[in-house]
Amino acid sequence: MNWFTRVRNSLPFGTKKDTPDNLWAKCPQCSEMLFTREYEDNMSICPRCDHHGRLSADARLAQVMDGGFTLLEELDVKEDPLKFRDSKKYTDRIKAARAKSPHKDAFQVASGSIAGHPAVVGVQDFTFMGGSMGMAVGTAFCQGAERALSRKCAYIVFTAAGGARMQEGILSLMQMPKATVMTRRLKEAGLPFIVVLTDPTTGGVTASYAMLGDIHVAEPGALIGFAGQRVIQDTIGEQLPEGFQRAEYLHKHGMVDMVVHRHKLRDTLATLLEYLAPRKAA
Amino acid sequence: MISFLEFEKPVAELEKRIAELRAAAGDDEVDISSELKRLEQKSADLLASTYAALTPWQKTQVARHPGRPHFRDFVEYGFDEFVPLGGDRLYGDDEAIMGGFARLGGRRVMLIGHEKGHDTESRIRHNFGMGKPEGYRKAIRLMNLAGRFGLPVVTLVDTSGAFPGVEAEERGQAEAIARSTEACLALPVPMVATIVGEGGSGGAVALASAERVLMLEHAVYSVITPEGCASILWRTAEKAPDAAEAMKVTAQHLLKLGVIDRIVKEPVGGAHRDPKAAAKTLAGAIGEELDKLQGLSENELRRRREERFLQIGA
Ligand SMILES: [Zn+2]
Repeated sequence: MNWFTRVRNSLPFGTKKDTPDNLWAKCPQCSEMLFTREYEDNMSICPRCDHHGRLSADARLAQVMDGGFTLLEELDVKEDPLKFRDSKKYTDRIKAARAKSPHKDAFQVASGSIAGHPAVVGVQDFTFMGGSMGMAVGTAFCQGAERALSRKCAYIVFTAAGGARMQEGILSLMQMPKATVMTRRLKEAGLPFIVVLTDPTTGGVTASYAMLGDIHVAEPGALIGFAGQRVIQDTIGEQLPEGFQRAEYLHKHGMVDMVVHRHKLRDTLATLLEYLAPRKAA
Repeated sequence: MISFLEFEKPVAELEKRIAELRAAAGDDEVDISSELKRLEQKSADLLASTYAALTPWQKTQVARHPGRPHFRDFVEYGFDEFVPLGGDRLYGDDEAIMGGFARLGGRRVMLIGHEKGHDTESRIRHNFGMGKPEGYRKAIRLMNLAGRFGLPVVTLVDTSGAFPGVEAEERGQAEAIARSTEACLALPVPMVATIVGEGGSGGAVALASAERVLMLEHAVYSVITPEGCASILWRTAEKAPDAAEAMKVTAQHLLKLGVIDRIVKEPVGGAHRDPKAAAKTLAGAIGEELDKLQGLSENELRRRREERFLQIGA
């Protein structure tokens, strides 16, 4: 499945705000009809099968951060540098995404604290063009790292991406080394960088900052991988193993430290931050 | 024997006529040398003009040409010595990514690059240049070694992408690529990368996060293959030529975008028409770049490397 269809399929809860049936949402895993309000009160986790639904950046920040955090202003980047058009113009696709979002692109940064521990938190928003990494996402990631460096505090990033922002071509690819420059700076400054892998984290995001954390936390059932499943299937021509590229599978293969239920995520992050207190600056 | 690409058909037809004339000349008394000369000139002109105006999709085909020089050809014709080093010390040796000590002119360097192979046996052995985690981890090991012993790192990038497979995922393909990129950025020694054929996605970036990035004249570099992009955005791989155009995959485009620093000329008609000359030109260009970086401090090298990526898109 490409990120496009994934985007569409991923929005059973979010896009129907103006229709009356937004009162009810269907669990994508067990198909249970859920009262939207209760579902959201349960952190978008299905009470019946425990499926962890996708969250907007704002919902995520509200769940993990202490009240009173500051949302950083989204920095401007060059828009549509390649003058890209497929069946639609890229500028039109961005416009459409912005019309459905309170934000300008797919990565939000907040500065504040988690259970009293100072932290900068970055959240990649899958509902915005599949969380795809283009210049805006790369720039926002770096902006968050800069803020953590200046506050001398932890940087926590929630990843979610269907892949690269293809409409930005090579410039989207260049966000991989760009983000890696910043993870290196955090490391050199002795600041913790914690990655929380959420559903789905694939492609270039996985092959850069998502796999460079000091600690990797993953949400249950999250799809995490480099290559797409269909591509792999086409290449090897055989059935994929059960649970392939899911959080639990990655845990078993040593790629993540822990799989944590969303109800316990904030407490887990707080515990991690206790152990990873930045060393006093000289 | 050169295998002709679809868009080279007119050249191929001329070449065929030339060959026929030559064969006929053997048992004929008629002097055809002037006609032969005229046709040869015409063919050379046609080849030159065709290659001066290749579309992004045509360049993609040239970059993938089976006769295009690969790592081992560049080593043989461009470098004076190569001491291959193997293994990641963790799992195995991945021959999709080669590496080792090499001499380039008077300089000792660490040479790392993708190798696609040149016939069925070697293509399978080198996995068509699609690296696995152990390949990228070997690259990391060699880069770290180069850093410790002050050897500049030279990379030759030529991959359609990192290998998409179950085992590669299980062993952390994404992590290996990310760490390889990180290892490039951390190098205390000069690093010069060249996209010599296909620069495909993360599998290319992992060996190309250098302060100087060169590209052969007809190489391509992109975030996803044109076929992959087309099948996602246009919903059919047949639109690959459009995707190649839209993604701006050519060296000429990427120089303008500031993603690469220098284009290295290929022989007329592409590197596959004269691998030896292509390798010599490239070796010369890499040598010049290394000389320019000589004497710079560790910090200055890292600063330049970081700046080039931080500036992109700013
Ligand atoms: Zn359910």
